[in-house]
Amino acid sequence: MCGIVGLLVKSPPLRERLGELMVPMLIGMTERGPDSAGLAVFTSPLPVSERKISVYSGLTEAGADFNWQGLGHDLKSHLGTTVTVNARGNHAILTTSLDPEVIKRWIKEHHSKLHLLSTGRSIDLYKDIGTPAEVAARYDFASLKGSHLVGHTRMATESAVTPDRAHPFTAGEDFCLVHNGSLSNPHGIRRMLEPHGITFETDNDTEAACRFLEWRLREGDDLEVALQKGFEALDGFYTFLMGTPDKLALIRDPFACKPAVVAETDDYVAIASEFRSLAHLPDIKNARVFEPAPEEMYVWNA
Amino acid sequence: MERMIFDLAKTPLRALNQFLHHDAKTGSIEKVVVLNPDGAHNIAVGLDCPVEVEVRGHAGYYAGGMNKTGSVIIHGSAGTGVAENMMSGKVHVKGFASNGAGASAHGGLLVIDGDAGLRCGISLKGGDIVVGGSVGSFSAFMAQAGRMVICGDAGDALGDSLYEAVLYVRGKIKSLGADTRIEPMSEADLAAVADLLAQAGIEHAPNEFKRIASRRELYHWNADANQEY
Repeated sequence: MCGIVGLLVKSPPLRERLGELMVPMLIGMTERGPDSAGLAVFTSPLPVSERKISVYSGLTEAGADFNWQGLGHDLKSHLGTTVTVNARGNHAILTTSLDPEVIKRWIKEHHSKLHLLSTGRSIDLYKDIGTPAEVAARYDFASLKGSHLVGHTRMATESAVTPDRAHPFTAGEDFCLVHNGSLSNPHGIRRMLEPHGITFETDNDTEAACRFLEWRLREGDDLEVALQKGFEALDGFYTFLMGTPDKLALIRDPFACKPAVVAETDDYVAIASEFRSLAHLPDIKNARVFEPAPEEMYVWNA
Repeated sequence: MERMIFDLAKTPLRALNQFLHHDAKTGSIEKVVVLNPDGAHNIAVGLDCPVEVEVRGHAGYYAGGMNKTGSVIIHGSAGTGVAENMMSGKVHVKGFASNGAGASAHGGLLVIDGDAGLRCGISLKGGDIVVGGSVGSFSAFMAQAGRMVICGDAGDALGDSLYEAVLYVRGKIKSLGADTRIEPMSEADLAAVADLLAQAGIEHAPNEFKRIASRRELYHWNADANQEY
């Protein structure tokens, strides 16, 4: 069991309240996922030449006391470019105009226990072990701003309870996925992807789905085509919620084994595993509430 | 008529259900109104007296489950397993219902004004279900007794491995399940559909419905079938 939540706000003023509206949604899914939580938020994009990288230091010895400013200095002296470091506890967002792959390679070589959470012009990603309320407080989720977000509460069934196995998973740039369910063929998907040069960071089944779909997008499929190929390739139980800089997308397996409910108003689209997580949203009594059908694609534009 | 109001924004669900299981049986209260259900699970489960429960909003999982002689009306949608294992009485969902609605109901009437999700009426054991909208795939799977009236369409594998339950479908059937067939509507079928629609408060002409029942070929092991069914 796990909980998923998603929120896309349609009116610019609500972007200021994105995190505040979402926190009760995430906490509402605590019974479905008490062991870890996480979310990806999509903000206004950086200029084309810049990238931001979300980094997690909780697996290092220093943990939340990691010397982020030292990392910034080292990156500057080794790579000759300024990397802005916006750190809070065990989490930092690095902003750079250098090729992010160069930065990430350097970090992996010199700080192998730093976990790279996400890369892109729009995405910021946070995930950690703990109850949804603890994780939300740890990273001050209520203060997050942006156009849309994808969140998850985890009750692990397929791999261990560790921060890197929490959701959302990311692959490539500005793409993330959360999963409620369990895949039956993640190893087959991995064996198919690895010869394409795609590497995996965990043994988690969701990572296989995430990397499969991102691979299809990178190969030129649009989101709808990639999701169609996902229906054909991925076997098992799933409700997937995915985020890109301008879209939220939802699919459910043909047996609809894992729940999802959507509430839509003129101001927002909200998605959750159960209505419990939507009940507090503004004007919910007048929202159009529906259950997404199995094997259908639901895509909302930010 | 005596009425009690439980506002679940202020009162725990357990207080509501304890009231329904104990105090309501004295008969002093005929109707209980539930405000701000907000998708809570297990609302009004296990009713065991002829009390009326009105839920004003969306209910979570198993609402009205195991109902016996009670009457539950939900002014909103219902989550997974609404009226699951109902014994008697009535559960009426004014909105849509999620998966497994009316699963294994032994008696009573479940009415869903909107659509029902997958596996509606799975393993039905004698209850009646009327769905104003459509039902998802695998509905009435292994249904043993009882009736389902589906005013809209049915998904894949309708009535797979059906026993003696009878299904009436007005719209399109995406596919029939194994050992299930469409049969002609008899006078008794037309009367049954008319009666169930009237109980549900839904208006359609009974002759617009098709009857689906078991072929009864999977009932017994056939040693000559050579594993070909």
